[in-house]
Amino acid sequence: MDILFKVLIDPFLQMGAMPDLFVQTIWDGFVTGVLYALIALGFVLIFKASGVFNFAQGIMVVFAGLTLVGLYEMGLPAPLALLVTLGVMFVLALAIERVVLRPLVNQPDIILFMATFGITYFLIGLGELIFGGNPKQMITDQLFLPRGAIEVKMLGGFVQFQKIDIAAAVIAVVMIVALAVFFQKTRIGRALRAVADSHKAALSVGISLNQIWVIVWFTAGIVALVTGIMWGARSDVSFGLQVIALKALPVLILGGFTSVPGAIVGGLIIGIGEKLGEFYWGPLVGGGIESWLAYCIALGFLLFRPQGLFGDKIIERI
Amino acid sequence: MFYRETGQFKTNYADDMAVFPILQDRIGIGLILAVAFVLIPLTGSNFLLSSVMIPFLVFSLASIGLNILTGYTGLISLGTGAFMGVGAYACYKLTTLFPEVNIVVWIVMSGFVSALVGVLFGLPSLRIKGFYLAVATLAAQFFLQWCFTRIPWLYNYNTSGAIEVGQRTLFGIDVTGAKASLEARYMVLLTLVTVLTWVASNLMHGRIGRSFMAVRDMDIAAELMGIDLLKTKLLAFAVSSYYAGVAGAAMMFLWYGGGEANDAFNINQSFLILFMVIIGGLGSLIGSFFGAAFISMLPTVLKFGLPALGIPLAGATAEHLTYILVGALIIFFLIVEPHGLARLWQIGKQKLRMWPFPY
Amino acid sequence: MTRESIQKGEVLLAVDQVSLSFGGVKAITDVSFDIRKGEIRAIIGPNGAGKTSMLNVINGFYHPQQGKITFKGQTRSKMRPSVAAAQGIARTFQNVALFKGMSTLDNIMSGRTLKMHSNFFWQCLRHGPAMDEEIRHREFVEDIIDFLEIQAIRKVPVGKLPYGLQKRVELGRALAMEPDLLLLDEPMAGMNLEEKEDMSRFIIDVNTQYGTTIALIEHDMGVVMDLSDRVVVLEYGRKLADGTPDEVKADQNVIDAYLGVAH
Repeated sequence: MDILFKVLIDPFLQMGAMPDLFVQTIWDGFVTGVLYALIALGFVLIFKASGVFNFAQGIMVVFAGLTLVGLYEMGLPAPLALLVTLGVMFVLALAIERVVLRPLVNQPDIILFMATFGITYFLIGLGELIFGGNPKQMITDQLFLPRGAIEVKMLGGFVQFQKIDIAAAVIAVVMIVALAVFFQKTRIGRALRAVADSHKAALSVGISLNQIWVIVWFTAGIVALVTGIMWGARSDVSFGLQVIALKALPVLILGGFTSVPGAIVGGLIIGIGEKLGEFYWGPLVGGGIESWLAYCIALGFLLFRPQGLFGDKIIERI
Repeated sequence: MFYRETGQFKTNYADDMAVFPILQDRIGIGLILAVAFVLIPLTGSNFLLSSVMIPFLVFSLASIGLNILTGYTGLISLGTGAFMGVGAYACYKLTTLFPEVNIVVWIVMSGFVSALVGVLFGLPSLRIKGFYLAVATLAAQFFLQWCFTRIPWLYNYNTSGAIEVGQRTLFGIDVTGAKASLEARYMVLLTLVTVLTWVASNLMHGRIGRSFMAVRDMDIAAELMGIDLLKTKLLAFAVSSYYAGVAGAAMMFLWYGGGEANDAFNINQSFLILFMVIIGGLGSLIGSFFGAAFISMLPTVLKFGLPALGIPLAGATAEHLTYILVGALIIFFLIVEPHGLARLWQIGKQKLRMWPFPY
Repeated sequence: MTRESIQKGEVLLAVDQVSLSFGGVKAITDVSFDIRKGEIRAIIGPNGAGKTSMLNVINGFYHPQQGKITFKGQTRSKMRPSVAAAQGIARTFQNVALFKGMSTLDNIMSGRTLKMHSNFFWQCLRHGPAMDEEIRHREFVEDIIDFLEIQAIRKVPVGKLPYGLQKRVELGRALAMEPDLLLLDEPMAGMNLEEKEDMSRFIIDVNTQYGTTIALIEHDMGVVMDLSDRVVVLEYGRKLADGTPDEVKADQNVIDAYLGVAH
């Protein structure tokens, strides 16, 4: 009975006893969730347009952040470094399309998936070779990102909102809106949606797949850069981020591989669920459950809704 | 000219269904086994045994396991490392609790614990398919890895938090622990791998292998033919995890000689074994060996091969270059032959059959 | 057994007022018909009439919202596909659903799975009972291979075979199950005249030699009218007509459905 009390009742009592702490935990989870959602977003873009399960999205985040900081350290002014990094991401997209995607067109999904592993290894090696493997400080001030925190008095205590977190949330929203407009309103966006529906049909009406792939990977690269800056500003820029980026995978399960709203909602659920779980239930089993809780939330969810949050019901046909 | 089945007539179905129906293949296998069992232990250097052969054999076993799941049954798993860990910890617990039972028995038995855990984590596979399942197996990877470090009972409350391999003997010869010779460890491992490969080959050539492949190729049709999908998938998880578990136990006891879970059984290990299976060839046992050889020897070859070619390398740079090269090679191999080294091997054999004529 | 005696023969499978819908889309509405032991029963109708859905209902892949299915005297409203297979229902598919990575031989052998019982231990060793069983079933499968005249492609991976042969292998795989009821979903789709003639011959031979009851979906009216004992016509998920080929041909509803009605 004691155990049941500790698992089922006590955490909620704690939440009620210190509501300010509860709000703080939710806020932390929310911000983490936004960043998960951003990684997942880059992933969804690529999966929709080229059907590639892009394992390298995590390393692209690290690589983009690292390039930016590395270039700055080499003496480039921050705005120029940002531009050059964008250029690097474009070249990367071009190279991936040319060297990896084009020769592997029409191969089974798992082969393309493995190829993105190859990209991951390659980028890890390249990044470390050029910029070194040590963690770096994100150039927060130079990019005019705010520092410090706002403390709000509420619920009988203080809740701290880091300014950089607020900025991250705002920038994420802006980017998502921009992407939505890009997809819905532009000619390239329409072509992208066509490719997502059917490669063959898109080809037959004269859409160049290769061009679309470059655009999509570049877009994912931009998303990765933004994620890298935000995440780097919260902690630092290091290859450790790559493991955290794996957390985007349960988000994808939850939201569905092809759904942008799914990625966002899924990211928030995972982020908040994980923080609450770790904070209120983690101590019961000795902590550290953050490493797997997200996967178990996603797995449990999947058992009841195999198509994800926003997917259509799957009707199997033969 | 030398490799031809002409004139080798089969007069009954048993002969026709043999794993190696062609005489030359049987001779080849005999030769390989002779070299592995006699020549290498007698003449091989310590370097060959410890840095090449033992890692190769351990990884071969693990890739056979994953290949049964991914290559034959079509279920992608990213949790192989964790299942190996289950085997290692099971073996550790068993040999500490019952030290009088021979260690080799426990290495073989520990696979069953791993199989059980594999079945548990395989349960979602009925409802989840493809990459969704792959991500689901990550739950197994991270949860089990967490267990390895957070449950002190598993590592016998050692202060190091790691598996400590004690001294154990087989027929009076040390096979584990600090005093065990490389040759003894190698021979035990080689025997295990040979027997288990034979068993895997038997399974894959019979009813069970066929139902695995049926599920992989067209699960709906398999179901409509009376193949129970849940049972078949769970069996695949069980067999696969068994092999992974034995590989993990062998890795700890016959190769590392002790160590910590987070190093040996982490997510990177899972990925590495998936590489081996893909590079070697999905759905091919011999491919598992090729893949294991390729991936496990690549860092060693680069480390010693590049300086020999006149490209001097300092420690850190060498490591970065290895990453770059491994990444590039993976992509290269996938482009050249997406069906893996096993397919290249088959094409080679086909060419040999025609030789000296082009077709 | 003469064709006339079959016509009055016992009912092997009866579909009773079955309705099936996906969300709001009605695939089958209130359809009843029966299949008698030993006959060749054709299901025809325009595209989207619910023919394939009907087969899916019969072998348990789709679960109808309403209605009952009686097979060999056992009545049920839904069942698992593997149970249907165990009770003796085999089928082929509209789009060939072979196991592409396996050889012809292995594909047909996999049809014997339900009949193989040697345990896991012997399977591991591939000796003793497991090997005996394997050889026994191989002999049975070789008979099917002879019957379908596909000896030459025994060891070829089916993915490499031309379409017509794939259809034949698929029939072989279904036959390997020794079914009481064989469901064929467009066995002749996409075939040329010669291949159609071959396939027709196999279907008739299966029916007469092994006495297997056959239900088939086919668009080629010539073939349907020649082969089948009785025909059921579906349109928009409803039953339009049911009877011998001659009766169906003369049915005004059918003529309207196929030729269109002047309004």
